[in-house]
Amino acid sequence: MGWTRFFRRRYWDEERARELQAYLDEEIAENIARGMTPHDAARAAHRKLGNVTRIREDIYRMNTIGFLESVWQDLRYGGRLLHRNPTFAIVAILTLALGTGANAAIFQLVDAVRLRSLPVKNPGELAEIVVQAGDRGRTGAFTGRRPMLTNALWERIRDRQQSFSSVMAWSNAGFDLATGGETRPAEGLLVSGGFFDGLGIRPMLGRLLARADDVRGCSAPGAVLSYSFWRREYDSDPSIVGRTILLSGHRLDIVGVSEPTFFGVEVGRSFDVAVPICSDPIFRAERHRLDASDAWFLAALGRLKPGRTVDDAKSDLRSMSAAIFRETLPARYVPEDEQAYLNFVLTAESSSTGVSTLRRTYSTPLWVLMGVTAVVLLITCANLANLMLARATAREREVSVRLAIGAPRRRIVRQMLSESLLLALIGSAAGLLVARWLSASLVRFLSTGQTRLFLDLEFDWRIFAFTAIVAGMACLAFGLAPALRVTASAPATTMLGTRGASDTRERFTVRRALVVAQVALSLVLLVGALLFGRSLRNLMTLDPGFRSNGVIIVDMDARRTSVPVESRRAMFDSIVQRIAAVPGVTSAAEVFIAPISGSVWNERIVIDGKVQDGMVNFNGAGAGFFRTLGTTLVSGREFTDRDTTNTPRVAIVNELFVKKYLAGSSPLGRTFQPRYGPGAVAPVFTIVGVVADTKYRTLREELTPIAYVAAAQETPDDLMPSVIVRSAVGLAGVAPGITNALREVHPSITVSFTTLDGILQTSMTSERLMAALSGFFGGLAVLIATIGLYGVMSYMVARRRMEIGIRMALGADRAAVVRMVVGDAARLLGAGLLVGIVLSVAGARTARSLLYGLEPWDPTTLAAGAAALAIVALVASWWPANRASHVPPTAALHEG
Amino acid sequence: MPKRGRAPMQGELLQGTLDLLILRTLAIGPAHGHTIAHAIERQSDEVLQVEHGSLYPALHRLEDREWIASFWGTSENNRRARYYRLTPRGRQQLSAQTTRWDELVRAVNRILRPAD
Repeated sequence: MGWTRFFRRRYWDEERARELQAYLDEEIAENIARGMTPHDAARAAHRKLGNVTRIREDIYRMNTIGFLESVWQDLRYGGRLLHRNPTFAIVAILTLALGTGANAAIFQLVDAVRLRSLPVKNPGELAEIVVQAGDRGRTGAFTGRRPMLTNALWERIRDRQQSFSSVMAWSNAGFDLATGGETRPAEGLLVSGGFFDGLGIRPMLGRLLARADDVRGCSAPGAVLSYSFWRREYDSDPSIVGRTILLSGHRLDIVGVSEPTFFGVEVGRSFDVAVPICSDPIFRAERHRLDASDAWFLAALGRLKPGRTVDDAKSDLRSMSAAIFRETLPARYVPEDEQAYLNFVLTAESSSTGVSTLRRTYSTPLWVLMGVTAVVLLITCANLANLMLARATAREREVSVRLAIGAPRRRIVRQMLSESLLLALIGSAAGLLVARWLSASLVRFLSTGQTRLFLDLEFDWRIFAFTAIVAGMACLAFGLAPALRVTASAPATTMLGTRGASDTRERFTVRRALVVAQVALSLVLLVGALLFGRSLRNLMTLDPGFRSNGVIIVDMDARRTSVPVESRRAMFDSIVQRIAAVPGVTSAAEVFIAPISGSVWNERIVIDGKVQDGMVNFNGAGAGFFRTLGTTLVSGREFTDRDTTNTPRVAIVNELFVKKYLAGSSPLGRTFQPRYGPGAVAPVFTIVGVVADTKYRTLREELTPIAYVAAAQETPDDLMPSVIVRSAVGLAGVAPGITNALREVHPSITVSFTTLDGILQTSMTSERLMAALSGFFGGLAVLIATIGLYGVMSYMVARRRMEIGIRMALGADRAAVVRMVVGDAARLLGAGLLVGIVLSVAGARTARSLLYGLEPWDPTTLAAGAAALAIVALVASWWPANRASHVPPTAALHEG
Repeated sequence: MPKRGRAPMQGELLQGTLDLLILRTLAIGPAHGHTIAHAIERQSDEVLQVEHGSLYPALHRLEDREWIASFWGTSENNRRARYYRLTPRGRQQLSAQTTRWDELVRAVNRILRPAD
């Protein structure tokens, strides 16, 4: 049989029909010629030829590829059935799409953040070199996103280690591409000479930095651009090598562009420009970190020599630790820290998947979300199972009729299977769309705020296939089981059974169990959603001790003005004054560390000659700071313009400071000193005011004792002042005015703006993510469970129509019928809720670190979740119950 | 042997025979379905009474195997009719099958009448 005939079988069928007609014409003509009447002639001809349709069918079947043909037929039939039951189809497809899509999207994120290897040569050989430190001794200045080592430590590790074929260090740095006005930030990477070579990164253009580029005192360091920055900023200009780039006012030669796949070693971040570590003095002048042995800013990776293991590297590093730490002991350490520092040990950790603060921040939320989507998948399967069961059962009668008139059993089973298959296919295809959309939105969600999030989100076919197959299997299994069951029993029994007053208990148990499972799992998700939602609400409504609304933080970079230390105070004062004079600005004050920015300046303090327990957070504030921030002054006074370098050093402390260190006496007029190491003279601060407690580093932290010192009395040792501004007109209203005002101070000053609200929002990204997603999934789960319950109750009512009819004929009133049906649903619901509460508490305990201001077993949340689910579910079951109670008894009885 | 279908043994034997008869009839010259049916009936002295309809699936099958080919022509009574003719392959098949038929008949005869 030729394929052409298969595809043209309709043509061939018509052709044969014509041929058969030709036979008939011929035969009839002959019969008439023999003397028959036309009527008899036609009848005789037909008798001679036989059943025309049968002949055509025989030939048609010869033209088909049997299996294919009937599969297509089944699919079409399935499609028609779905089309006739759009509610069933839509519910099943949506369930599948959301279940599979959500899973794939979340897994992609988990994979990108947690599991994926670095895009470098043999990432399995990489190990990170870190200091094994206790909770003491690693003090000093911490800068960069991964401050694991100081330069002094790094140089010694580089020169002495034996187990790595190459070691590389890096830190991140913020560069400014602007020459004046608003900053144009670029992500900088400080790298050691062997960085690119050690990772096995090749240049795309020119060359990458080599060992010779990173030598102390380098005066003209080269810069390497990342591929994406080269494309974005230079429009892929092939002649870029040899040109220069202006980074924070310093001109550097561009030596090359790195290969496209390399985004850096930090997951979730990409870099724009890489410069050698030796260029730090160029950018930071006298505050550079190369010689300060308490400036922690570098992270180091090593590539293991062939045959060496991470354990070899550990013992190698351990053996050289004592000498290295002895040589690099920072001079200003106090004795306790000195002791701790000398006991430090260097160690190595496998690091094939890169290092990331993003991972630290988001790994728990992502795993919890992964669990949430797994539960959604379970609910999806349960619901599909329930739907398919309901559907197959509803078709029992149809199936038995078809069996009775001779349809082969195999054919019927296959038809039901192909209907399930069709659902699974459409559902998975829709899931694909959901997955893409969801993962894109997730990245966008995580990127809000000032940080640009870079994630290489490749679509993962494996995980999508996995979820689609799991859901598809559920679909098929539960579509198949009833099909097999129905076809196995004698048609007559089934036909009788469907209309009997009795009920088949067995299959019902399965559906009831499925509903109980769905209710339980939905409660878990609902409780999760409520817990995360309430955590977010707790964070958003907690009193941080200041009024963030209307506060703008102005960060300036005045390093290009090269103003000497002695003139900086005057310039800063003039900046604050000019900003305060901009129309729309209510008040302005200098600040060292903006609240909730994540930066910390802390010191140990001495009161009355006694070293106090614990650390005190410090901050520097200008005149009118607390008024601008909206923090209540409890007693004493604010800083004013009269607090200058010519007056005694003053400080303002928060209430917790007073409670912890100065309890029982009036704090005003008392003094304290920061505790410095030998050689440094600690100033004496007199407390002139007490303010309300405020959050310092994060919203989630416990309140800490805080000491504010007068900004005007501190030595301005950098040229990057920050000013907080209160404004009633918003960021857009004052930003141009402030930019202009600064230009008048000096044209080379660059500026960037953030709102305090924005900082707070960003600091709650993970909470917002959890609340939004768990809310979404919780709602979804409740919806699915409700549909499931509604389906089961409707079905049960339909089966018990006759029984209900009899009951009503015997005098039961409507209320009794409704009570009976709803009571039945309530029992299922109760069982589900009971199981759900146990599971919820267990689940919430694992997500405990993500909660704020409530316990995992928070009774209000559990009760609210259970109540909400119960109400929705009871409404869903009341519907069919009410419908049943309105059936006229006679109608129900007649049907039997 | 038919490639597919669910015809019983009996039918298979008949079908194979029918194929042979069709090929034999067409060996004389091209003919259309009606002629073939009547020719078979006539030449077998009305012994082989086939339902004429069963001829058409057989024709279809033979054409599929390219033992016969078809074309539209005009019948003796001036009607449009689909004519069939033997292809070279069909001719080979005819002689091969005739030989095999003869062998079969001889074999069956030997068993049925061992005395001869």
